[in-house]
Amino acid sequence: MRLSSSRIVELLLLAFALCVPLLGIYPVFVMKLLCFGIFAAAFNLLLGFSGLLSFGHAAYFGIAAYITAWLRVKTGLPTELAILAGVATSAFAGLVIGTLAIRRQGIYFAMITLALAQCMYFFCLEASFTGGENGIQGVPRGSILGFIGLQSDVTMYFFVLIVAVAVYAGIKQIVHSPFGQVLRAIGENEPRAISLGYSVNRYKVLAFVLSSTLAGLGGSLKALVLGLATLSDVHQSTSGEVILMTLLGGTGTFLGPFVGAGVVVTLQEYLSDRVGAWVTVVIGAVFVACVLAFRAGIVGEIAKRYRRETATSSS
Amino acid sequence: MKKLTLEMMLSAAVVALGALAFNGGAQAASDQVVIGDIDDMSAVYADVIGQGGVEAVKMAIEDFGGSALGKPITFLSADHQNKPDIGASKYREWADQSGLTMLLGGSNTGVSLAMAKVAAEKKVPFFAVGAAGSSLTNKDCTAYTVHYSYDTTSLANGTASAMVQNGGKKWFFLTADYAFGTQLQEAATKVVEKSGGTVVGSVRVPLGTTDFSSFLLQAQGSGGDVVGLANAGADFVNSLKSANEFGISATMKPAALLAFISDIHALGLNTAKGLYLTTGWYWDLNDTTRAFGKRYFANTGKMPTMNQAGYYSATLTYLNAVKAAGTTDSDKVMAELHKAKINDMFAKDGYIREDGVMVHEMYVMQVKSPEESKAPWDYYKLVKTLPGEEAFGPLSDSTCPLVKK
Repeated sequence: MRLSSSRIVELLLLAFALCVPLLGIYPVFVMKLLCFGIFAAAFNLLLGFSGLLSFGHAAYFGIAAYITAWLRVKTGLPTELAILAGVATSAFAGLVIGTLAIRRQGIYFAMITLALAQCMYFFCLEASFTGGENGIQGVPRGSILGFIGLQSDVTMYFFVLIVAVAVYAGIKQIVHSPFGQVLRAIGENEPRAISLGYSVNRYKVLAFVLSSTLAGLGGSLKALVLGLATLSDVHQSTSGEVILMTLLGGTGTFLGPFVGAGVVVTLQEYLSDRVGAWVTVVIGAVFVACVLAFRAGIVGEIAKRYRRETATSSS
Repeated sequence: MKKLTLEMMLSAAVVALGALAFNGGAQAASDQVVIGDIDDMSAVYADVIGQGGVEAVKMAIEDFGGSALGKPITFLSADHQNKPDIGASKYREWADQSGLTMLLGGSNTGVSLAMAKVAAEKKVPFFAVGAAGSSLTNKDCTAYTVHYSYDTTSLANGTASAMVQNGGKKWFFLTADYAFGTQLQEAATKVVEKSGGTVVGSVRVPLGTTDFSSFLLQAQGSGGDVVGLANAGADFVNSLKSANEFGISATMKPAALLAFISDIHALGLNTAKGLYLTTGWYWDLNDTTRAFGKRYFANTGKMPTMNQAGYYSATLTYLNAVKAAGTTDSDKVMAELHKAKINDMFAKDGYIREDGVMVHEMYVMQVKSPEESKAPWDYYKLVKTLPGEEAFGPLSDSTCPLVKK
């Protein structure tokens, strides 16, 4: 059997990811990167494949983080169930917000998602269980299936890696499924999809819920990895960051969100020691450069160039 | 599918490079002292410690001779941007990757609470300087936390009792809306009520607010005679400035529950004159404080705040404990710290209690009027010296589970 070359690269990447603990790379950093990668991939499902721009995705990421953290700290619920509960909450939030938002299009859609995400932010600021400005601290990671302890960073890393790979494969599956094809059709030309007889709104809501669910999964994992859930998880700057990650990596590509998350998280971590709050300025400049110079994003731009080359060489 | 190969390859390279940039490499050799400082370097509390704190730690390391246990001392610093997640993950990273042996955590109680959890997990001593929240040494105490400079209890015991004694019976609080503010208000309320005053109301103000007008109008309408400012840093400066602009200072006396000399410097004596405040340290107390103040001034062009002085003292105290223990082993160093008497430019016979409070004298000060001030930075006159036990309360009041009763 001949493996397709893209599959080979995926396997190479996976092999590299498996070696991370051996290479002496700090696993907590890579876990954070993967959590944001999952978050960006979820966002990309909406923007890249359905053409819906949400300005408030941090709401789902953050609320799942809070719910998982709170359940772990206060009730000691098993880790899997705490993650599940967090993800279910963000799915429900996605259903409510999505149903309201898809009634409008374009900038109005984006503004509704932003407004409702701000409601979520202030809810988290004022609600007593979230701890206000302090957030929830010291979240115990617990164990998976009751016997695999996650205290060690390496075990936790492999758990997060497995989830990230599953999300990656799942999104690929969704996009290539008939459902995904309809989403793409809606993204490309909504009136045409309607005229073909698809109930567009139902597809959009489903895409929205899927995206918010996966975003919540990223948030729940992040709460466990870093042991805390705070206001910055639900803040609109996080919503902005995920847009940046997706655009920088390349919308509508599978690897793009992970690459974008890698670049942004690396910049944040690397620069926070050196330039402090100027990080936001640097990242803003990167965003401007991205929009001006390579609009398809890192992965998208490379793919475009590669396609052009193969086209000329084969002719 | 084949077309995607290069795309995939290059993305792999990007991800790999990103990750490698973070490969902190080998752990530092054992018994090497690595001091970290995670503080607000750029926002509301940047003037209170910030880069000045970095300078103070460098001075302390230099004064100690630059090396401990025969190895040079490493010093790291980072900006927590007032975000608990950034502070906690940096602390964790340094503990895992850089062989951190002691952390100085500056300002912001929320961030310090998150860092205290990491201290307990990673067993790396954590000196909280400038985070006032007294829960750090009560319900959230750890065996590795030392609370330096002041806490909400000692601040309230100073200013609130002095104000009530001077006739300010009816209090209205303007409170920063997070752990620090609420704990400070709680502590001050207790002191006000114990001294025979009443609290007529309060309003919570988000951190980093610049427009205080609506909050101050509430204060004015409350019928109180004291407006208690349970905030700090730029929040304090902005609220006091607006209080003056609105003429509230004419009918209500402002009481600073936490004010720094940098704040008074920024406000100017005309605005701040007559204000009561509590401080853990002032440069013009005696010859040793004056000597330190002048040295620091020569380096930075500013007089140190009590927290910058606290940073210096905390660093030296830690280094002395390491020297006495002959190792950087956290438990042994903590044992030395609990044994030590701290006598330096910051404290006289200070000591670190079981719950982590560094007990030392506190001073109630009144800000001088421009006529009384003889020299630049000559801002305070001493009203009252509070002995350590009176300021920080008895150990039996501590709810820290580590205190044996």
